Amino acid sequence: MHAAGVLALLAVSGYAVFVFPHSILAFLGFQASILALYLAPMRRWLAILLGVLALGVLMPAIGTINGYYLEVATQVGIFVALALGLNIVVGLAGLLDLGYVAFFAVGAYLWAIFGSPQANQIFGGGFPLAPGWFFVFLLVGLAVAALTGVLLGLPVLRLRGDYLAIVTLGFGEVIRVLANNLDKPINLTNGPKGITPISRPPLPFDPARLPGVSIGLLYSLYLYFLVLLIVAVVIVVNRRLEDSHIGRAWEAIREDETAAQAMGVPLVRTKLLAFAAGASFAGVVGVLFAAKQVFINPESFTFLESIGVLAMVILGGMGSIPGPVLGATIVTVLNLQILKSLSLWLNDLRNSGTVVLGYNLANLPTQLEPAKYERMVFGLILVLMMIFRPEGILPARRRRRELND
Amino acid sequence: MDFALLIGIFPQVLLDGLILGFMYALIALGYTMVYGVLEFINFAHSEIFVTGAFVGVEILLGLQHAGRLAGVPPFLVLLLLLAAGMAVSGLLAVAIERIAYRPLRGAPRLIPLISAIGVSFFLQDLIRLIESIWRNAFNLVYPGLEPLNRRFELTATVDVSVKALVVIAASLLMLLALHLLVNKTRLGTAIRAVAEDQATASLMGINVDRMISTTFLIGGAMGGAAGVLFGVQYSLINPYTGFIPGLKAFTAAVLGGIGNIPGAMMGGLVLGLLEAFAASYLSLLTGGAFGAEYKDIFAFSVLILILIFRPKGLLGEVVRERA
Amino acid sequence: MKTHRARGVISVAILTLAALASPAGSRVLAQGKGTIKIATQSPLSGGQAALGEGIKLGTQLAIEKFKGPLERMGFTVELVPFDDQAKPDVGVANAKNIISDKDILVVIGHLNSGVAIPSSEVYKDASLAMISPANTNPTVTDRGYPNVFRVCGRDDVQGAVGAEFAKSLGIKTAYVIHDKTTYGQGVAEFFKAEAEKKGIKVLGFEGSEERSNFDPIITPIKARNPELIYFGGLYDQAGPFFGQSREKGVKSRFMGPDGMDSSDLTKIAGKAVVGMYYTSVAGPVSVYPQAKQFAEEYRKKFGKNPEPFAAQAYDATAIALRGIAAAGKGGRMPGREEVAAAIHAVKYTGITGTIEFDKKGDPKKALYFVLQVTSDNPEKWGENREVKRLLIASPAPTM
Repeated sequence: MHAAGVLALLAVSGYAVFVFPHSILAFLGFQASILALYLAPMRRWLAILLGVLALGVLMPAIGTINGYYLEVATQVGIFVALALGLNIVVGLAGLLDLGYVAFFAVGAYLWAIFGSPQANQIFGGGFPLAPGWFFVFLLVGLAVAALTGVLLGLPVLRLRGDYLAIVTLGFGEVIRVLANNLDKPINLTNGPKGITPISRPPLPFDPARLPGVSIGLLYSLYLYFLVLLIVAVVIVVNRRLEDSHIGRAWEAIREDETAAQAMGVPLVRTKLLAFAAGASFAGVVGVLFAAKQVFINPESFTFLESIGVLAMVILGGMGSIPGPVLGATIVTVLNLQILKSLSLWLNDLRNSGTVVLGYNLANLPTQLEPAKYERMVFGLILVLMMIFRPEGILPARRRRRELND
Repeated sequence: MDFALLIGIFPQVLLDGLILGFMYALIALGYTMVYGVLEFINFAHSEIFVTGAFVGVEILLGLQHAGRLAGVPPFLVLLLLLAAGMAVSGLLAVAIERIAYRPLRGAPRLIPLISAIGVSFFLQDLIRLIESIWRNAFNLVYPGLEPLNRRFELTATVDVSVKALVVIAASLLMLLALHLLVNKTRLGTAIRAVAEDQATASLMGINVDRMISTTFLIGGAMGGAAGVLFGVQYSLINPYTGFIPGLKAFTAAVLGGIGNIPGAMMGGLVLGLLEAFAASYLSLLTGGAFGAEYKDIFAFSVLILILIFRPKGLLGEVVRERA
Repeated sequence: MKTHRARGVISVAILTLAALASPAGSRVLAQGKGTIKIATQSPLSGGQAALGEGIKLGTQLAIEKFKGPLERMGFTVELVPFDDQAKPDVGVANAKNIISDKDILVVIGHLNSGVAIPSSEVYKDASLAMISPANTNPTVTDRGYPNVFRVCGRDDVQGAVGAEFAKSLGIKTAYVIHDKTTYGQGVAEFFKAEAEKKGIKVLGFEGSEERSNFDPIITPIKARNPELIYFGGLYDQAGPFFGQSREKGVKSRFMGPDGMDSSDLTKIAGKAVVGMYYTSVAGPVSVYPQAKQFAEEYRKKFGKNPEPFAAQAYDATAIALRGIAAAGKGGRMPGREEVAAAIHAVKYTGITGTIEFDKKGDPKKALYFVLQVTSDNPEKWGENREVKRLLIASPAPTM
């Protein structure tokens, strides 16, 4: 019966989006019904079937009507992968990494440099690589990011939790400043001007065979499905890691390092592995991000982004898998849709010049833009979650017991 | 390599470094005092610093608007700014402690740290919100106080403005006052007691909670003063100006030895000088390949190196003994 | 449990209906056939909000004045403003949103070349025409996209004009600073190239993103003592830099590109910038004789004086409306490609001059000004002295 209810929800909200393609609330309703899909108790195969229906059929259909929603869904997917990666470092191993976005940047710039004419500035010619190399670079990005994780981890592993946090923060900033300034003596990153155009992966079929459909839409759908695929792989890998030898070693370190060491867990190696694993997810998604955006610049890799991913993990629940997924979805939707709509609504009010209680709304300060208050949102999330529910909304069961004692 | 040039700018760079260093020292005090007492990095201290700067600019703009700015003697104005900045920042710090840190006192270490990060972010945008509504602008400029901008030419290449001297003098005075407070008064002794061993201190009749609040008050006040001085010296502020100096001041505190008040002062000066020299000389030395834009990386690298090779800092840590 | 689920369905339905009743929703319902939308993308928040707002309001005024012909054809014309926050990734994200709205036929924007360039890649995918009132970096049109236009001058000319003027002042040594953005670095490089060609010795060329503490940069400059410092960037960074330079005893003269063109420059730097020169591709409104009426209408409607680029946006929108009308002659809604092609053919005399596009989308001839700051009172910014005015043809593509 619950499955039928969820199906009804999906149908109603899906239809609402079709009929009112620009209504934010309809789309939110659709997203809520996907959440209901996860929460409602029903048989596993049924949940998977409905999930495939919602994400694989309905969502792309909605995307065809309004490309912006597809964009939101793709971004959510990317942040889900990032949150799951950070979850390994913070949630499983208990290492507070405040510079996680650095690994994301490494992956993104890797493909940006070699998948665009930028590399010609370094090597003198022969670039960009053929778009097919994108898939190779997914693995290259994984490897390079993991290596970066190890390099970062080596010197800082002995540090106390709070010092580790600050050092990782510093490292994140170092990567950003480097990206911003490595346009001389050799032009590696083109500085704040960013790198464009970045090649996108080749479509699996010839777009000329579908004449009525715009190339832009085709690529959007393609990237959306790629993101879904990568997220699925990330979830599977996470599941395996959680239940494995190494996952248990991470949890042991998180709870009590000394005891873990006494039980024979090799501290240095295990921590390095946590960093490397978390970083590798970010690297893969970074490559995808660069191809999707076609343009990247250092502005996308600031401390704000690192904290954003942290907020997703904390809000959703540390240590579990559905937790970061939920957190990533909520935070991304908050930023991309809710805050933006508030901004647009406020602008409408200003333009309309209606008078409310004697106050002309055209006088609303132009600098008051809700879309810019991401930091406030993140900040509130972090503080309130820490005070009232530090384990998150959907934590791993053990974590909740541990933090609620 | 134009050695004449390199040597010629040395005194000026030294002066720049001192100004910067004193400012870092003042901010670092807030970090180090709180860490000494609670073993906790008050991430939000950078916003407490910038709040002081905003209090200062609002008062100045208010005076200017009322047409009174020219009439009041500038040093009196400066005193007013400092007093107001210190008061507001100090009280803000106490409030933050009460609301966001005290409920988390017993929790594992990372929890209050994350809360502190949250407070920091929240405050940045809160200041922005308030200024957006109040003034419809949040990139604010300190109106110049005329006598402060007067310059003296010491040599052909060295200029010092009255402003710079005022900043250095004010910082020195405050550092001195703090030193006296912490070492020569009963209050200071109580704070040091709590920093050393909370349980025993409370057995001795010290109200630990009140001492912690006082520590936040003093540290916050120092940060607020630094904010006013920053605004006076560099003119342009916005709600996000606090983040990087805050991070560097924390580096300075660690450099000197966390929890160690003279250490924080020394760390601030050393870091300020290092940064000024790096910024001014880097492009000259590398022929333009790397320039002043790397000065931030410089500070972070110092942090990483210190933590790897000498985590206790130059003067040694002074933190709570664990039972 | 069942009722819980049913309640869920009902509440979603109610919320949806409520959303439609709200202003945002009613806009959805009001969309009948034949609504033509013109989008603007400019920074509506942040340090350059005043200029970005000017672009939006100029477009708004033009739509109200010139929508007549289209309305007579049976269309309604609307303005859809977007805030690109002067950030490229926000611009690109907005661009993707814009191209998904089939009713938007033209984009008037951006203010910053660094945002325009990546965003125009997105517009190109949809053949959506973009007319820029303010982007001066040559790359914007040098890529030769059929849908990108500008009504203002270019930095390769602007930088050269600055260097030429510096030479005419007798300057022999200069130091060039830029803000590392596409615009600032671009115009600084053009200034440097032309200055060197004219025999001015460029003592240094540095970029910095610093916003508050310029001491470490100023010290080496002061020691080198150039006769002129050229700042390629915007007033919100140049202001503190010039102010602090004077405070530290730097005696050099100052010069900058059109990024200096804002009353906020004197608000921030005060006396330090009085007497400095800057080039511009948008003269003060008083310079254009036909613009007097525009300025009065602007003031009446919006309660303030038109900012730089408002007049350019006004003309750009007028051109856009002409292009749309030409493309939509058959009475049906024109497609984006047709609009772009029609705009290429427009020859328009507006308040900033006569505009006709070349193959790349540059105006065949553009005006460049050299102005001097006359007063440290921000209210008097509009009274800056025009020193020189040049009408120069846009260069042929070098790519």
